[in-house]
Amino acid sequence: MEALKEPGQGISARFSNLKGLTIPVAPHKGCGSSGGSGKSSCGSSAGSGDLPSEIWEKVKNHPCYSEEAHHHYARMHVAVAPACNIQCNYCNRKYDCANESRPGVVSERLTPEQAAKKVLAVASEIPQMTVLGIAGPGDPLANPDKTFQTFDLVFKAAPDIKLCLSTNGLALPDHVERIKDFKVDHVTITINMIDPEVGARIYPWVFFRHKRYTGKDAAKLLSERQLQGLEMLTQAGILCKVNSVMIPGINDDHLVEVNKAVKSRGAFLHNIMPLISAPEHGTVFGLSGQRGPSAQELKALQDKCEGEMNMMRHCRQCRADAVGLLGEDRGAEFTTERIESMEVEYDAAKRRAYRDSVEIEREARKAARERELLTLAGENSGRKILVAVATKGGGKVNEHFGHAKEFQIYELSVAGSKFVGHRRVDLYCQGGYGEEDALAGVIRAINDCVAVFVAKIGGCPKEELRKAGIEPVDQYAYGYIETATISYFRSYLQRLKNGELVDVERGDAMIRQGAFIELGEPAGQAA
Amino acid sequence: MPYKIVASQCTGCSACEPECPNKAISEKDGIFLIDPKKCTECIGFFDEPQCVAVCPVDHTCIVDKSLPRYQR
Repeated sequence: MEALKEPGQGISARFSNLKGLTIPVAPHKGCGSSGGSGKSSCGSSAGSGDLPSEIWEKVKNHPCYSEEAHHHYARMHVAVAPACNIQCNYCNRKYDCANESRPGVVSERLTPEQAAKKVLAVASEIPQMTVLGIAGPGDPLANPDKTFQTFDLVFKAAPDIKLCLSTNGLALPDHVERIKDFKVDHVTITINMIDPEVGARIYPWVFFRHKRYTGKDAAKLLSERQLQGLEMLTQAGILCKVNSVMIPGINDDHLVEVNKAVKSRGAFLHNIMPLISAPEHGTVFGLSGQRGPSAQELKALQDKCEGEMNMMRHCRQCRADAVGLLGEDRGAEFTTERIESMEVEYDAAKRRAYRDSVEIEREARKAARERELLTLAGENSGRKILVAVATKGGGKVNEHFGHAKEFQIYELSVAGSKFVGHRRVDLYCQGGYGEEDALAGVIRAINDCVAVFVAKIGGCPKEELRKAGIEPVDQYAYGYIETATISYFRSYLQRLKNGELVDVERGDAMIRQGAFIELGEPAGQAA
Repeated sequence: MPYKIVASQCTGCSACEPECPNKAISEKDGIFLIDPKKCTECIGFFDEPQCVAVCPVDHTCIVDKSLPRYQR
C-alpha cells in the first residue's frame, strides 16, 4: 500500500519511537544574548487561479499570505511594541525564549523613528521586501501609539510597502477604525480556542480595562473580543489570517472547531503552528513538560481543516525583528548602530523594476509547472509521497545539502506537487566538514520523505541518506521545484511498476524546537 | 506603602507606564521605576494597583515596606 497510508494513525506509537532521539535544543541564551524577539506571523497555497482577482491582488506579493509569493518576496518586522496585555503559557516575558524575546534588554527595542528608518534602509537593500509587519515582541495593539506612529512614518516615506500587524485580539475591536485609517492591508489574529474551558489552560490572565481577569472569565473575554474583532475587520474588507498554536492534549482536537468559527467570520487563511516548548525556555508549558506536536500530527490536523479553508503551511514562526525571505533572517545585517549611520536613499523606481523582473520569473515558473503537469496526464495512481527540497528561494532547487538550514516539504501525487511544510535543521556542513550528529538530525527531520532534492551533495551524506531510506536527488540542480518534483514522481511511479522500488512505511518526523534564529555566525548549534 | 519595581525583574516592556493613573512610572536605562512620592497605590482610581495587574512578570511590582502607607 501507499507509503503514507492513513497518516493520522499510529502517530503516538511512531512518536514514542522518537523519544530519546530528541533533537538537542540550542542552549538557553538568557538575558545576555543578542538578537531580537519573535512572534509567529504569517500564506495560502492558493494561486492566482483559485482566488477572486481583488483578493489575489492583495496577497500576490505577500510572503505570509501567499505560499507562492514566499519564494520571491520578503518581509520585515520591527520590534516597536514590547508591552503585552495578556499572558500565555507558551510565552515567558522574563527570558529570551524560543519565539519571544525579552524586550528591553535582549532585543533592540526601536522607537517609531528608528523603525521607519530601518524599514527604508532594508527596502533599499532588499528590493524583494514588500511587507512591513509589526508583531510585537508584545502585542502591537497594547502599544497602539508606537504601532500606528510607525505605520504613519513608513506610509508617508514609502507608500508601496504593505503594512500588516499581528495581534492577540484583546484590544482589536477598539482599533479597527484606526487600522482602516492607516490602510493596513492585512491583520493576523492569534486564536487558540473558542471554548473558555480550553482557554483557561492556555491563558493564566488577561488585562482589560484596568482589571486583571483570570481563569475561564479571562478566556471568555479574550475569545469574545477576538471573534468580534475578526468580524469587524472582515466586514471592513481587511484580509485576516488566524494563527493557532497546536498544543497536543489541550487544543489539538478543538482547533477543528476554531477553524470553523474563524472561517464563518471571514478569515482568509488559517495558520496552525506547532507549539515551541522546552524547559530552558522557562515557560509554563516548557516547565510542565507539555510537548509540541510531531510533524505528522501537525500535518494531519492541517489536512483535517483544509477542506474548510486555506491553510498556511509555510510559516516560519519568525521573530518580531525578522528581516528577509521567510526561512532566512538577515536581521543581523541591520543593527540599530548601522542603520543610524546609514544614508538611506529610497528609490521606489528601482524597487519597481526589480519586482517586474521577479514577475517575469514567476510567470516562467508557473508555465514550466503547467507544462510538466501535462506529463502526468493519464497516470492513474492514488499514491502520495513526501519529498524534501533544499532551496534558498526563487522556487528553485538551489541549495547545497550541507548548507540547508531548512528543507521545504512537498507532497507529490498525480495531481502535482503541493507544498505542505518545512523543517528546520541544524547546519550539516560547518566550514566544509560534515557533522555526524547534524546529519542524524537532518534525517530525523525529513524521516517521512522518500527523497531529498539538492543542488549538490557530498558522497558521504549521500550514502547515509540512502541507508536511511531517503533518496538523494541532485539531477535537478537549479531547476524549478515543481518541475523537478513532478518529473521525479513520474519516474518514481515508473520504477514502482518495474519493480525497481518497493514502498516502505515512512517514519514520523521531529519538529525542531526553537524558533528560527540566526546569530550572524553559522551558529545555533548546541554546545 | 507605595509600590516599587524590582529592577532585576523588570523586562522593560513598558506595559505599566501608561496604566499608572498618577504618572508615577518612568523609564531609566531600559527599565522602569516608580516615584514613591506620586504613587497612591491606585487608591481612589482602581480596585487593584495597575502596575501589578499588567506586569507580565510576577513579584516585580511589589509594595515597598520601607515606606509608610499612602494617606488620602
